[in-house]
Amino acid sequence: MSGPSTTFEADDRGYFGGSWGGRFMPEALVAALDELTDAWQGAMADATFVDEFERVLRDYAGTPSRLYHAEKLSAQVGARVLLKREDLNHTGAHKIRNVMGQALLTKRMGKRRVIAETGAGQHGVASATAAAYFDLDCTVYMGAVDTRRQALNVARMQLLGATVVPVDSGSATLKDAINEALREWVATVDHTAYLFGTAAGPHPFPSMVRDFCRGIGDEARQQCLDQYGVLPDAVAACVGGGSNAIGLFTAFLEDEDVEIHGFEPGGDGIETGRHAATIHAGAAGVLHGARTFVLQDEDGQTVESHSISAGLDYPGVGPQHALLAASGRASYTPVTDAEAMEAMALLSRTEGIIPAIESAHAVAGALGVARRLGAEKGPDATVLINLSGRGDKDMGTAIEWFGLGGPGASQEGAE
Amino acid sequence: MTSAKDAFDKSAADGRAALVGYLPAGFPTVEGSITALRTMVDAGCDVIEIGLPYSDPVMDGPTVQAAAQQALDRGVRTTDVLRVVEAVAATGVPTLVMTYWNPIERYGVERWAADFASAGGAGLITPDITPDHSPDWIAAADAHGLDKVFLLAPSSTDERIAMTTAACRGFVYAAAVMGVTGARSSTSGLAEPLVARARTTTDLPIGVGLGVSNGVQAAEIAAYADGVIVGSAFVRTILDHPGDEEAGLASLRALAEDLAEGVRRG
Repeated sequence: MSGPSTTFEADDRGYFGGSWGGRFMPEALVAALDELTDAWQGAMADATFVDEFERVLRDYAGTPSRLYHAEKLSAQVGARVLLKREDLNHTGAHKIRNVMGQALLTKRMGKRRVIAETGAGQHGVASATAAAYFDLDCTVYMGAVDTRRQALNVARMQLLGATVVPVDSGSATLKDAINEALREWVATVDHTAYLFGTAAGPHPFPSMVRDFCRGIGDEARQQCLDQYGVLPDAVAACVGGGSNAIGLFTAFLEDEDVEIHGFEPGGDGIETGRHAATIHAGAAGVLHGARTFVLQDEDGQTVESHSISAGLDYPGVGPQHALLAASGRASYTPVTDAEAMEAMALLSRTEGIIPAIESAHAVAGALGVARRLGAEKGPDATVLINLSGRGDKDMGTAIEWFGLGGPGASQEGAE
Repeated sequence: MTSAKDAFDKSAADGRAALVGYLPAGFPTVEGSITALRTMVDAGCDVIEIGLPYSDPVMDGPTVQAAAQQALDRGVRTTDVLRVVEAVAATGVPTLVMTYWNPIERYGVERWAADFASAGGAGLITPDITPDHSPDWIAAADAHGLDKVFLLAPSSTDERIAMTTAACRGFVYAAAVMGVTGARSSTSGLAEPLVARARTTTDLPIGVGLGVSNGVQAAEIAAYADGVIVGSAFVRTILDHPGDEEAGLASLRALAEDLAEGVRRG
């Protein structure tokens, strides 16, 4: 480990705060990770690349996304609730920012093929979309369990021209899809780029994914100032691996008066052991190439995680979140499946916006923050929530949870 | 305790390459793995590599992962691995553990090094840490005189080969292919040039692994390497005889003898 860092940036070996992150990877991938680091740093310093990235996001992905004042929700909680509408992006989530950046970088590196892993399918769909846009071959690894609960997204990826490979090993969910993608990458690294789906994994992925997602926070901060003349009192996002959260948080890290809240998947409840609240209930360890908080047993074996949201169902978290939690700059709180689903229904009925279940975790947690700040500071207290994705993909889960679809169900199911 | 280098030196004095055999601890059971590993020693393995079963083995192919998962499903613990090490090291053959990093970090790096050394273990083979990301392990290994075996890959730059071999003790592990563990039908053309590049940086013995499954392949590799490392093929002999320990051991013994004969032909 290197010495302590005084900033939130990683050092040149990928450690945040001197001890979180790094690169715990097979030697076979080191050359590729070094090549990627050089390419990413060179690209970010090249105005031509940055301009092209911003053009693609604007013209194709639909950014900047809107900052929306949820007035009826605000009235309910006694504080101003702002929603960063990443759900309105092309493909329906913040993920498009990351993959367009990584795919553009893939083209710059002269590679013709990409692989990706996906949990809920959002990153897989985004990757397949970026591959189609940039004319790249695309293979997506997905836990076999997830291919069943996200069948619609599997079909979307296939329609976009990607090959979807179900992964049966381990728990057959996101972490196993990452393992399989890493294995494939070892064998194909000379011509294949790995579009990593979140701000976790070995250096440089946590920093690179953050940089490609940081437009969320940069836009939101400026929009808040432009539209309301103030910074928010708090910002909030859901945290699985943590890409949308770090994309939002990065713009506010130096704003010491802005509270930063991450909401983790609490599953059936922390006390049941069936959850994916990695920071709240995990321990420091190494998973998928980085030292971070990991759900693990006393022998260091990864413990299977659980969340109603496949996109949050991951036993690790990005190492920068580990630093922010350890330093106290951000707080991380679990939200149960039931609380998230209640928030999904609330936002749907109050504002006419159906959020992804991932994003509903942020809504559920942030409304508590809004009530507290409203009571302390009055109705101008402002809470900015990243609505990271839309809920179309989650309708199957919603139908089952609320008992929707039958006569009268819409009146009764979600009460 | 002995270093793996002692076994390589002894093999070299006999004019042949060393045979390194791998099985995961706890596969098919803790006692069964001890019996199997001792059988491999009896049949001609010069160095033993014991896998520490791990939930997320990025470098392992389906054969080794299946065996490790069986061991985990039957409740193997890190302390069981130490027990297997102690039983195998008692044969006098240098005994190393191949392990992913998190179980060691969780056990406590210094505590592991001390307990492992007490069990008679020679050192660790660490597939998911490189010398530039493992100062804690290097310090603990040095304090207890343990072998540090880091991997080289065909993609390693000359600079990284020099850095890695300088950090190794015992022997150097050259991965023959860009890929995960698993028996392959033919040997790789990538290994020999990698060994040649590594030789310019170190006097340590160099073992070649990944994909070796029979005596013919072992002989080919023994022609240019100091050691031949075999894992998945040994695992397969036991996987192919579920519930029939005697048949599995017979198959295991036959393979070890074939490989041992191969390294003598190389």
